[in-house]
Amino acid sequence: MIDWGAIFSNAAQELISPTTAAYALAALGLAIHFGYTGLLNFGQAGFMALGAYGYAISTLTFHFPVWAAVLVGVGASVVFALILGIPTLRLRADYLAIVTIAAAEILRLLFTTNTFDSVTGSATGLQGYKGGFAALNPFTFEGTVGFGPWQYNAYDWWIRLVGWIVVILAAVFTWLIMRAPWGRVIKGIREDEDAVRALGKNVYSYKMQSLILGGVFGTLAGMIFVLPRAVVPANYQTSLTFFIYAILLLGGAATILGPIVGSMVFWVLLSFFSGFIARAVAAGWLPFMSQVQAGQLRFILVGVAIMLIVIFRPQGILGNKKELAFVK
Amino acid sequence: MRPTDVVQTRSPGRVVLLLCLLLAALGLSLFSASPADADTVGGDLPYQFVGNVQNNQKPLADVEITVQGNGYKATAKTDEKGQWKIGVPTKAAYKVTLDEDTLPKGVVVVKGGATTTAEFGLTNTKAVNFFLGKGERVTTDFFSQLFGRIVNGLQFGLMLALAAIGLSLIFGTTGLSNFAHSEMITFGALMTLTFSSILGWPLWIGIIIALVLSACLGWSMDAVIWKPLRRKGVGLVQMMIVSIGLSLAIRYVFQYFYGGATRQLPGATLPSTIRFGAVALSWVDIASMIISLVVLGGVAYFLLRTRIGKATRAVSDNPSLAAASGIDVDRVIRIVWVLGGALAGLSGILYAYYRPGVSWDMGFQILLLVFAAVTLGGLGTAFGALVGSLVVGLFVELTTLWLPSDLKYVGALVVLILVLLFRPQGILGRKERIG
Repeated sequence: MIDWGAIFSNAAQELISPTTAAYALAALGLAIHFGYTGLLNFGQAGFMALGAYGYAISTLTFHFPVWAAVLVGVGASVVFALILGIPTLRLRADYLAIVTIAAAEILRLLFTTNTFDSVTGSATGLQGYKGGFAALNPFTFEGTVGFGPWQYNAYDWWIRLVGWIVVILAAVFTWLIMRAPWGRVIKGIREDEDAVRALGKNVYSYKMQSLILGGVFGTLAGMIFVLPRAVVPANYQTSLTFFIYAILLLGGAATILGPIVGSMVFWVLLSFFSGFIARAVAAGWLPFMSQVQAGQLRFILVGVAIMLIVIFRPQGILGNKKELAFVK
Repeated sequence: MRPTDVVQTRSPGRVVLLLCLLLAALGLSLFSASPADADTVGGDLPYQFVGNVQNNQKPLADVEITVQGNGYKATAKTDEKGQWKIGVPTKAAYKVTLDEDTLPKGVVVVKGGATTTAEFGLTNTKAVNFFLGKGERVTTDFFSQLFGRIVNGLQFGLMLALAAIGLSLIFGTTGLSNFAHSEMITFGALMTLTFSSILGWPLWIGIIIALVLSACLGWSMDAVIWKPLRRKGVGLVQMMIVSIGLSLAIRYVFQYFYGGATRQLPGATLPSTIRFGAVALSWVDIASMIISLVVLGGVAYFLLRTRIGKATRAVSDNPSLAAASGIDVDRVIRIVWVLGGALAGLSGILYAYYRPGVSWDMGFQILLLVFAAVTLGGLGTAFGALVGSLVVGLFVELTTLWLPSDLKYVGALVVLILVLLFRPQGILGRKERIG
């Protein structure tokens, strides 16, 4: 028989999991790029990889304290954004898409290659960088604490607390700058670049600032992402970027809460669906399907969901149809 | 510059294939039941790498295999049956290395290199095998290597060009950056696998059926998805994201039905017996290049000389003007999709012989190179795609002279970014298209 309790409890846990927070933050960065500025950044996985590796390598190889390791990751992503932006921000939107996707792959290949094995750990990745972060943990209780399905130990609560605080701060910051004159220029660029240029604004510079800001959000997301797990290069494939796009489009591209709600809905539904299918297969309800195939169904579902959302509800759950990044 | 690399020269007709990777598929391999007398290291650990080292169906004893990764390292020697087994503590990716110095004289790893990265599937056992063959580890001088790489690069570039021209024509006529093109590439190879390997039909029939089905796939993609979306007035960026979702969905549909294993088409491991100076090629390599050249010539003739081809270029140039001059734009786009599907399918089949192997994500692995080729040549120009593909193909192969082979795609992607920096319209593109 199917254990419905476990399915629901696993799905509920996704609601506040650090992975959900990381995807929400990465999607928020993408909302700045794509939703507000109209930049087609397909390299968010690259920014996340820089965060993860920047943090892990500075901790493991250079023994930096936590704050310095975070700064290294952020600095790396600023440099990365400049390298991406300088050749492509003057060109048509699809050039940025191709260059960012290529640059993210370059990063992943550089992190995967055996050549730099001593620093990056090549295909097996890195672990053992969590000590500094765990030492900052104010929670000292033993065992697990919590309510309902949310029972975690001190370290797990600490990750969740920090992860969601960063997400909330980033969301408030985004909300503030999008109401400010800066945000109005950014949205103007999305609607009509030439008109903004005619008003004497330096469009190129604004786009660059937007690329850097969203990239830094992606980098912080990459750090939150690796705190509960190890750094493995295979996690930073282009499909990671596509998943973040799915979340962003689900929630609403040009919204503040869209990425956060989108991430929660996405992970809860995905966990519920995978849990249900896996158990249904195990219970023999779907005799034509193996466990492996059940695992692949979720990707098929995400792909189909991306298509359907973009075609039938391009503004997402929370978006406003007038504010679409899809013009042109 | 690194010292000259090790290159194998293979003696005629004798290269032997080691085991197929079919086994890795669902883990239910021969090796799950492999005999306990394989030389075992760490047999009590929960996860096991196993393998069988054979040359010409004769087991090789005392070959050293090393498994390394996640802070763990273990070395085993094969027993007299050629078998080995190494346990590892965690279910993660490990590097498995065969020490070529411990192989008998005249035997080398002929394909895939002596080090591979292996990861566990669903089971706790993973078979890792190496392609061994007759050959000598001789060092060749730099220019012979260079010449060999150029020939390989041309072969790879011509194969890329088949896919890139289709992508470029589709982009030119509809404005769509079609990320699902990679799945059209994979589809051709998978259909050939289905008909020629699984059903066992003759290869040429399998290839023809695969090409026809690929063309049908192109047709139906346009008919079912893209034409309705164009009618609906969906924007280009939206369509591009739809194609990304489509690509993801189809890719995992492939994996759903074909599994995660890499399988071989018939004849994929023919010996490289045809020699031009220092370059050894197999019949498949030569056939692949000839087919690519003939088909590319055919496409050029179609675009330059036939009415439909001229109409295609007209639509590519200015769809409204083309429609106003009496060209049926929808029909042209349909033809471009059919052509693009067939070309992508063909390039997938050739890629399956080039790699060698068919797997569910093979198209996605080269999608970026195809995009790089199209962008390098100039978005939307058919002949630019050809030039761009050759540049990318040569670059990928030539950089392996200096870079380790797991970085070979990096060079091509870096070139893409550099070209955009200095000549954003691409090699053959026109300036007004980029604004």
